[in-house]
Amino acid sequence: MNKTRKMVPVPSKSIMPESDIDKTPILHAQQLGIDFGGLAALRNFDISVGRTEICGLIGPNGAGKTTVFNLLTNVYKPTYGAIVLDGKATMGKTPEEVNRMGIARTFQNIRLFQNMSVLDNVKVGLHNSCHTNLFSSFTHMFGYSKAEKVADERAFELLGFFNMESTANQRAGALPYGDQRKLEIVRALATNPGILLLDEPAAGMNPSETAELMEQIRKIRDTFKIAVMLIEHDMNLVMGICEGIAVLNYGRIIAKGTPDEIKNNPDVIEAYLGKKAEKAC
Amino acid sequence: MKTKKQLLNRYMTYIVLIGVFALVTIGVETGIVSRHMRSLLVPICINIIMAVSLNLVIGFLGELSLGHAGFMSVGAYAGCLFSIHFEAVLPTFIRFPLAMAAGGLTASFFGLIVGIPVLRLKGDYLAIVTLAFGEIIRSVIINLDFTGGASGLKGTPQDSSFAWAFSIVLITYFVITNLADSKHGRAIHSLKENLIAAQSCGVDINLYKLMAFVISAFFAGAAGVLTGHNFSILTAGAFDYNRSIEILVMVVLGGIGNINGSILSACVLTVLPESLKFLSDYRMLIYSVVLIIITILGSSQRWKDIRSSLLSRISFKGKGKVKANANE
Repeated sequence: MNKTRKMVPVPSKSIMPESDIDKTPILHAQQLGIDFGGLAALRNFDISVGRTEICGLIGPNGAGKTTVFNLLTNVYKPTYGAIVLDGKATMGKTPEEVNRMGIARTFQNIRLFQNMSVLDNVKVGLHNSCHTNLFSSFTHMFGYSKAEKVADERAFELLGFFNMESTANQRAGALPYGDQRKLEIVRALATNPGILLLDEPAAGMNPSETAELMEQIRKIRDTFKIAVMLIEHDMNLVMGICEGIAVLNYGRIIAKGTPDEIKNNPDVIEAYLGKKAEKAC
Repeated sequence: MKTKKQLLNRYMTYIVLIGVFALVTIGVETGIVSRHMRSLLVPICINIIMAVSLNLVIGFLGELSLGHAGFMSVGAYAGCLFSIHFEAVLPTFIRFPLAMAAGGLTASFFGLIVGIPVLRLKGDYLAIVTLAFGEIIRSVIINLDFTGGASGLKGTPQDSSFAWAFSIVLITYFVITNLADSKHGRAIHSLKENLIAAQSCGVDINLYKLMAFVISAFFAGAAGVLTGHNFSILTAGAFDYNRSIEILVMVVLGGIGNINGSILSACVLTVLPESLKFLSDYRMLIYSVVLIIITILGSSQRWKDIRSSLLSRISFKGKGKVKANANE
């Protein structure tokens, strides 16, 4: 656990002052693009995310938002462009190596280890920060119990962040839907990332759960001092917590800016609501 | 953090296993256990080791391997050749564990060289390649000179005994259950649950697939060494496709991912065909019918409900022995 970030107690409704947000880029995508056969799914995607920035990625269905996440985590190989994370290019790395470099993600359709306990799910996330050798795993001796204890403590600390300690021994697949989404975030946080990618974290949540989630995302950023990039269709959430927003349509960025700029951008309104009748033809 | 129930369950299995061992040993000494049953004791242990180690690949890694008998034969020949060459030099109590290690390591080496290209495949394709591996190994052994060819390898000292076999069972159980509850075991299990999510958590999927495969091959090799030292002639024909399937059946009947279940079904399925011997011609027929019935009962929800309600009633009265198959 050499790289563990210390947990600091945070007042429940802390909002980091604008001036404290570290905008030096941790993640930088340059001219990213991918073709699926003849389909240009994404073209000329440029984005730069600050070290403790919350950044939103929005756009109509099929715009290529999840494709961006899959490119950033090297699940897909980009046809064009490059990704630089913390000064290092991620070109040619496997998804697990990219995770170790500092990108963690959640999935739009929840991908938990359903038949493992909640605690074990988090401990798989802690995989690379737990240093025991194979022999101690065989014998449960030679540092096994110490390493397990450290992992348990860390896992409970992270679960405590979402008040989920009491569910630790339940089967992950048996959790209610909202908790499953939260567990995915906890598991991603356990990998000790520098940037967290959240794919529709509020999908299927009711307004009060969404409001709670908003606070928690902000709290994650403030506590762990990491960048968060999220895809979301809930505009209250996106406009409420993001410092920067990028809008995608048909695989191209059509607007970038602060929430206020995006709200009033005519191209964005057109992408979501269509052209005015007199303008069309 | 382990719940008390899980820990109790694990200790219970050790106690039950050692208890059974003590009872059987007493039975053998006093002559209660028949000669015929006595000859089955080592094969039971061998099958337990095979089933438990195959369960690591099928139950925890979630891949279907049909070449388990292949690893067993590689281990058997390596161990037996070792014993034949060192029979004059080393005393039994040193030679036999070394032969076991030699067999296990050779088998895991083969696991490694087969695993590196093969584990890029998934599901059916992996099953087909492992199946082919088992058959290739068998034909190669038959056509080599130093393995004794088709007539078999003779002259292996008969070192296997129930006590040796039982200690290997304990070691296998110890290592595999410990592994399951560790960083490496969780990583292996996470591959079965969700490959993409495991990758996103930084788990090296190729490394852990290979690890499960190699560890499983090691124990198959050790079981092979036991087999080789149990009979006077070792023939490659004993490790054919049917042998792999037999082990697979044990794993499936015991419950995929259920180690205690594997132990129990390995015992039952080794004794069952033998105890039906008095029916001579019909014994394999009855054996297969019993298998079909157990499989049907095992997959029907109604029977599962009845079983779990029965089990909970029995364990409520404090009988520990049911824990053996009440896992989960």
